[in-house]
Amino acid sequence: MKTPPNTRHQIGGEIWWPALVAAVVKLLLIPAYRSTDFEVHRNWLAITHSLPLSRWYSDTTSQWTLDYPPFFAYFEKFLSFFASRVDPTMTHLHHGLNYASERTILFQRLSVTLSDSVLVYSAYRLTRNRNFSSFERFLIWALVIWSPGLFIVDHLHFQYNGFLLGMLLLSISFLEEGKDLVGGFFFAVLLCFKHLFAVAAPVYFVYLFRHYCRGGLFKGFGRLVLMGSVVLVVFAAAYGPFLYYGQIQEVFRRMFPFGRGLCHAYWAPNFWVFYIVMDKFLSFLLVKLGVNIQAPKASFTGGLVGDSSPFAVLPTITPLITFITVLLAISPCLVKAWRNPQPRMVAKWVSYAYTCGFLFGWHVHEKASLHFVITLAPTALKSMEDAKHYFFLSVVSCYSLFPLLFEAQEYPIKVVLLLLHAILMFFGFSSRFPARTATTTGATMKGRDNTSENPAFYIGWFGKSYLFGLLFVEIWGLFLHHMVLGDRLPFLPLMMISIYCALGMIYSWIWQLRHIILTH
Amino acid sequence: MEHRKKKSGPKIQTNTAAGPESDPDTNIWSFVTSRSTTSWFLCISLFAVLIRLAVALHPYSGAHTPPMFGDYEAQRHWMEITVNLPVKEWYRNSTANDLGYWGLDYPPLTAYQSYFHGILLKFFDPASVSLFTSRGYESYIGKLLMRWTVLMSDLMIFFPAVLYFITAYSSGKTTGDRSTMAWHTLMILLNPCIILIDHGHFQYNCISLGLTVAAVAAILSDRDLVGSLLFCLALNHKQMSAYYAPAFFGYLLGKSLRRKNPILEVLKLGLVVLGTFALVWWPYLHSMDASLEVLSRLAPFERGIYEDYVANFWCATSVVVKWKRLFSTQLLKLLSLTATVSAFLPSMIQLILSPTKRGFLQGLLNCSFSFYLFSFQVHEKSILLPLLPASFLALEEPYIFRWLIYNALLSMFPLLRRDGLVLPYAALYGLFILLYHAPGVRKDARKPDFYSSVLQSSAFACSVFLHIIYLTITPPDKYPFLFEALIMIFCFSQFVLSSIYLNTKQWALSKSSTQVDARKKSL
Repeated sequence: MKTPPNTRHQIGGEIWWPALVAAVVKLLLIPAYRSTDFEVHRNWLAITHSLPLSRWYSDTTSQWTLDYPPFFAYFEKFLSFFASRVDPTMTHLHHGLNYASERTILFQRLSVTLSDSVLVYSAYRLTRNRNFSSFERFLIWALVIWSPGLFIVDHLHFQYNGFLLGMLLLSISFLEEGKDLVGGFFFAVLLCFKHLFAVAAPVYFVYLFRHYCRGGLFKGFGRLVLMGSVVLVVFAAAYGPFLYYGQIQEVFRRMFPFGRGLCHAYWAPNFWVFYIVMDKFLSFLLVKLGVNIQAPKASFTGGLVGDSSPFAVLPTITPLITFITVLLAISPCLVKAWRNPQPRMVAKWVSYAYTCGFLFGWHVHEKASLHFVITLAPTALKSMEDAKHYFFLSVVSCYSLFPLLFEAQEYPIKVVLLLLHAILMFFGFSSRFPARTATTTGATMKGRDNTSENPAFYIGWFGKSYLFGLLFVEIWGLFLHHMVLGDRLPFLPLMMISIYCALGMIYSWIWQLRHIILTH
Repeated sequence: MEHRKKKSGPKIQTNTAAGPESDPDTNIWSFVTSRSTTSWFLCISLFAVLIRLAVALHPYSGAHTPPMFGDYEAQRHWMEITVNLPVKEWYRNSTANDLGYWGLDYPPLTAYQSYFHGILLKFFDPASVSLFTSRGYESYIGKLLMRWTVLMSDLMIFFPAVLYFITAYSSGKTTGDRSTMAWHTLMILLNPCIILIDHGHFQYNCISLGLTVAAVAAILSDRDLVGSLLFCLALNHKQMSAYYAPAFFGYLLGKSLRRKNPILEVLKLGLVVLGTFALVWWPYLHSMDASLEVLSRLAPFERGIYEDYVANFWCATSVVVKWKRLFSTQLLKLLSLTATVSAFLPSMIQLILSPTKRGFLQGLLNCSFSFYLFSFQVHEKSILLPLLPASFLALEEPYIFRWLIYNALLSMFPLLRRDGLVLPYAALYGLFILLYHAPGVRKDARKPDFYSSVLQSSAFACSVFLHIIYLTITPPDKYPFLFEALIMIFCFSQFVLSSIYLNTKQWALSKSSTQVDARKKSL
């Protein structure tokens, strides 16, 4: 059955509402805590404003050197044009260090809020053509635009993930419409903004190769050349100037700092957490048994120092190992994409690739979980199983971001953000997948073929007990740890969050893997 | 500005409550509102809490401005006094309690509340309430704790009261649809003015206003005695709650007179009122002096007939008539008393003559408005009092409600700008417009006709213009408060117009209800 006339104009008019409500909350959050990332981006404004392009990637005035790909630098250059008019000190290379006047804060925060319009547009674009009811559309917008993770990372912690994810969703929306060339173009642009998104590049490559470059040898090759040249043009636009100035080595050295360790300061909830914990446990056990074990000299977060390994018992992990693990983890999805490249699976495949990158990658940031949580949002309403998994995943992901905001002032804000998100999501999903008992026949069935086939939305005892465990982990970190252990083991609460969320993430990975393998 | 209220889309069935509004496609909010009242109320409350928390990030009144600071310091100082001194000393000038420095000037319930919050602060941050040394105390944790005490009061009193009100208000209606109810809740809970004053500027209006909401809800559900008890508590938290007193008095009196045994009914009410007052004032009832001491603190006549640039009659006309210079305080007291009484009298008489629930809500608005416009020593913040009943009427008079909110915001703009709250002001202004025009909410009210919409748009343009010149243009040296005065006069004119309109509405209600009475012969 066809969707009744829901003209584009109408839908476009409606998305302003959730977007503006989000913008109001973002405005109110301006004076909240901001991490050093704020100074990082301010410094980039200063670098791009006051230095010639040839010195952007070699400047070391501040410790927060430019380490994003060139498009992001151009973006900062564009912003600095206005920034220097708002407050000249902000873009001064030396006087601006650790500068945070009211105008600076306002300008930088507003730049994040405004750049989120890309995300809003992509959410609109993703939902405009497909056979969504207005309610489903609204729910997807709410999942993307009101994502608590984005509020925490972008508007409190301070980063520009909103518009980058918007660009990813934009690219996916083009792929879903079958406009592969434009989709590929946007992905290439995205890679030149933030190279962390490259984890999904194999999926893109296989998908585009099989879906776009087909139709006989000649036509296929022509398309391959076309796509290749589009990507090449994008990369040339990004890296060309640096190549011209002979800076390309500096650029890559900055972009791939393998001097950093396997884990970030706060262990992102991924697979390596278990590896580390296992190592600690084994060494503890062996010491008890009387085996002489040398305490490791290096730390997990600090990077490789000479030949010493941060592990006491287990073999050390190098970037190459993580790279191979990620590729291996993605491979089932690549096989699927190779055999049957279908547009409707693109969002799920891309999310799966980011999930693998998150679980097995080198020096992963907890923020990277946004890459797959936001990308999966538009697919959350496809079936009850999808909704159930998404509910679980987005709660875990948002909770794993809690340690980013460690000051008392933002504590209730992050909790309320998560609760509100979870409740809206729960209501939305259970309204979309209602209990069968009340599903009357007749008028019900029209328009929605899967309404009757889908079971009602429920969380299940497994999910419920896991989520209650989350509550316990939080309460432990808040009060119990201090009451029971006092000042001993101060790292334990954070470690518990890491391990517990990693369990959830692994579950989500397995679910996604299973889902991708089983879907034809 | 008008958004479409309805949407079309494919029909799908939901399991939840029957009714047209539970179809997600005619109303995108049905996934929330088709659930139980507690569920959607929880949802709205969480959002309201989020907004309050976000506003609380911003500066409070008098931040980093010695020697007197502002309302934040006043509240903190009361905690310091109440925690460290015995009850009898709280309102008495002494070496330990210098009344010249933010002496307590609210009734005892405020003092008890300060005491309670003071204990909390003492537990978590003793330095913030230590006697003498804590004056002008400002710290990260101190600010946070103070903010949280406001939020806690809001959550414990205002929020449940609103839930009570909404259920009481809609129980009598048969056609009430859930999303309209939810929208109404949103309008009351996210009143931008209350949030800005309580969580930005820093005050505890949520307590007295919350008690008033609960009192109104109790009366709407015919629990008159509970209602009077709650209203007396509100009165004892902030004496400004007396703005509502004529409406309560008129309605309850009118209702009692229609009972079988009017004298007994009135006696019961009187007993409850006296009992509540006696309970709250207990520590000061042992001697006449002690009670007078407290009383004298509550009526600060020495502060003049108006303060700053409040959009009421005395301040607005002072541009022409210099009241403060021409008349003695004594005479001004009498003048303002007469003016106030004659302003609220029509509304009160209407309530005595025909005590209907709808009339009661309108009476609350009219009476509080007359106090705001004519009484002695009114503060800009007092506009919160008429705004509360206006939000009760948001479904019946949506345009007036919106109009009052816009003007109330403008009238507080100079005050909030002094506090450094321009950003949250703008954000909450925008949020109000957005929530008012929330998609998928049907507001069953007549569209304003052409002339009134032209009038409203031009006034709105005027309001926007005033905002802009106040923010961007430096006033001439000769008239440093020129723009404040302009804003004040503009708001005053709007308030007077709204007040006249609302009074006629209330009397029109009386006419129609007598007709209905005549027909039905029963109520």
